[in-house]
Amino acid sequence: MSRNSALNEWLDKNMGRIFLAPAVTLILIFSIFPLIASLILAFARVRFTGGGFKVRFAGWRNFDKQLFGSEQFHLLGTFTEISVPGWLFGLLATGGLVWWMVRYVRSRFTWFGFIGRLITFAMALGLSWMFAATLLSGNPFGTVGTTLFYVIVGCGIQFVIGTALAFACSQTIRGSTYFRVIFFVPMMITPIGVGYIFRMMADTTKGPFANVWQWVGLGEFAWAADPWAARVFIIVADSWQWIPFVFIMMLAAFESVPRDLGEAAEIDGASRWQSFWEITWPHVLPIAATVMLIRAIEAFKIVDLPNIMTSGGPGIATESVSLQAYYAWRALDLGQASAIAYILLFITVVICVSFFNLVVLARVRNQR
Amino acid sequence: MLKRFLGGTAAALAASVILTPTGAAADGKYDGVVVNILTRPGPVIAGRIVDRGAEFTEMTGAEIRVAEVPFAELFQKILADWATGTRSIDVGVFASGWGVELVNGGLVENLDPYIAADDKIDLMDIAPYFRDFNQKVSGSTYFITLDGDFQMLYYRSDVLEAAGLEPPKTWEEYLDVASKIHGQDMNGDGEADYGSCIFKKRNAQSYFAIQSVAAGMVQSRGTSEGIYFDPETMAPKVNNDAWKKAFELYKATGQYGPPDELNQDIGDTRGLAIGGRCGLMIDWGDIGPLSIEEGSKIKDKVGAVIMPGSTEVLDVATGKLVACDADSCPHAVDGVNYAPFAAFGGWTAAVSKASDDTVKAAAYEFLSYMNQAAQSNVDVTMGWTGYNPYRNSQLNDTSAWVAAGFSEASAENYLGAIRDSLNHPNMASDFRIPGAQQYTGVVLDPELARYLAGEISVDQALENIEEGWEEITDDFGRDDQAAIYSLSLGITN
Repeated sequence: MSRNSALNEWLDKNMGRIFLAPAVTLILIFSIFPLIASLILAFARVRFTGGGFKVRFAGWRNFDKQLFGSEQFHLLGTFTEISVPGWLFGLLATGGLVWWMVRYVRSRFTWFGFIGRLITFAMALGLSWMFAATLLSGNPFGTVGTTLFYVIVGCGIQFVIGTALAFACSQTIRGSTYFRVIFFVPMMITPIGVGYIFRMMADTTKGPFANVWQWVGLGEFAWAADPWAARVFIIVADSWQWIPFVFIMMLAAFESVPRDLGEAAEIDGASRWQSFWEITWPHVLPIAATVMLIRAIEAFKIVDLPNIMTSGGPGIATESVSLQAYYAWRALDLGQASAIAYILLFITVVICVSFFNLVVLARVRNQR
Repeated sequence: MLKRFLGGTAAALAASVILTPTGAAADGKYDGVVVNILTRPGPVIAGRIVDRGAEFTEMTGAEIRVAEVPFAELFQKILADWATGTRSIDVGVFASGWGVELVNGGLVENLDPYIAADDKIDLMDIAPYFRDFNQKVSGSTYFITLDGDFQMLYYRSDVLEAAGLEPPKTWEEYLDVASKIHGQDMNGDGEADYGSCIFKKRNAQSYFAIQSVAAGMVQSRGTSEGIYFDPETMAPKVNNDAWKKAFELYKATGQYGPPDELNQDIGDTRGLAIGGRCGLMIDWGDIGPLSIEEGSKIKDKVGAVIMPGSTEVLDVATGKLVACDADSCPHAVDGVNYAPFAAFGGWTAAVSKASDDTVKAAAYEFLSYMNQAAQSNVDVTMGWTGYNPYRNSQLNDTSAWVAAGFSEASAENYLGAIRDSLNHPNMASDFRIPGAQQYTGVVLDPELARYLAGEISVDQALENIEEGWEEITDDFGRDDQAAIYSLSLGITN
């Protein structure tokens, strides 16, 4: 065998790896390495000094500070006494979760499924009691609660409005092409720009809409000084930007539904609602679930809007977990910033994986 | 068409040759040298560095490049760049108090040899506080002052005069005056205006304002007493009745402020002040020069006085407030203890130790050029620059101010308030220890914001601040911090 043919044979055998190598190398450099480096930092204290920086091992101290120490109020909220409604909610949630676990163990037990559900159980239990001890007991939220508010309420609103608009535009109505372009524009604006636009619009004393606010009797109302008004306004801005994403994805989903199915249902005497619920919705459900999953993952990372619109205020009322990590990083407290980022990663992964496995895949399995 | 294009190109080339500074104009000693400067976003502070940089390039050939980052990220960028040896920044322009950490890490060039060889800087014309405190660490000069900072109380002289009121001397009087003028139309636009404007936004400048309020209650025995720690143990002096009252007073001023004051930073309140919408306001020296700029509605209608004081001061042993007497308040005037707070200390410039020697020489020469009276005496009279007076020739001579547009009376009033603060024996120093930004920006600021937003009580806020400050002190090393803190308080006027 000549050297050339040996080389060709080697190339043939390894061509797949060779083509993949650049991509894998880039992923290692830009994704895996930062992930490992930040994991190391999460267990360390970093000090910048002459000649570089000093890193010393801190064990679980960064996590301990966030979850149980002086920063607990910031991340999880302020815990004092749990109110009666808080106890009721907490006990109900605990009972429901225990029933859910027992039902699983009794029906179809696998170790893999059990461990996954145990993690979901622990997360849901922790979050339930966190809400019981803060929101339902009159204590301030931490950044985890605020972030979940952005995710659940924000994504919910965006999904409903985006899907409704997509469904409307998927019908044969006049001007639908025009509206498709208009609805898509906000998504192309940078979040920082959106933040400044909405901050100006909400300024009741000297903003461009100050006269409008005065006219409707809100000239003396400061949305940024009230925790819930500020959170809601951030959701309004976030929704304005992200509804187009839901819209464009769901529009594609609605347009992919075969029209002959709807026509057949119509011939069979199905109403428009029956046609939608029995034919269109099951068809678009997997896409809708994916859209929500992508949107939720993005929403967990919200940082630009609260940073620009309120700087996380009033107090820490609008601060998300990502923004908290950013503020820690900005103060060069890299250990705390990494610990917060990993806590967020854990929460995001558990919630998103649980949602997909236990809600979406379960429904898809049921439909089959 | 081609002929027209060629003609235009030739004309443009000719113009560029005429307009470009020639070798004859520059001495060329720094030809090819680039000095990279990092500071806050312009035009405030950065804008004038760019302008003076262009002049310096014409004179010496050195190119001055100014990069800008948000205020909240400025110190960290400089620290990270200098510590890791990235060398993308030769000069940092920031608060002098932050620089102690950089000097402690061996990252800043000692400027003593440069100053010794500089016959133009006229160091003795710089006010003693800035010369001996702002520019120095452990007796050596590491920083060049570009701006002198004190917070002062500004008041609408026309509004107070019409109401028969005097400028407040204490914070209780401040609230009283604010309540009496709140709701008046102060700029003639038919709308009700505000009795008080003090920035309260989180992640902005509110933590400076609260220190200004607290200083008069915490410190009474002179600058060396300090307002933050026991110098021997570094135990925080924050969880006590003095700081508690300061927090409560600061929050109470919001009753007479704009409805969205909790989301207003210094830019917002200055806009309102210059627009004639505020009766009383707290600010650095900028309101004076800004009041004479085009569009201002308060030209010759604004007065300045030393920050309000207190008739009660902290008894450190008990943590309680006690009435001022000759023993507890040796510097009191008419029973009122004043402690003007040197908030931020002023924008100062430091040169990276890691830069090339030629770059360091060019950088120092440029900073000296900006600091020299010929330039700075003009710069401080222009509100948009963000520079406030720090030289005796700026503080004692009103001619430059009158030339800039002040009336003689306004200039004398404005400079008088700064002199009263600057020369006060009980002036309160800002943080000048490693971790200064963490003590304030990371711990004090969010706790204050939470209290202002009603999330926590003042007692909880002060407990949290005490705990947070203890953690930072332990992190940096208690003994080291104590030594530097004591040193930082040792210099008085």
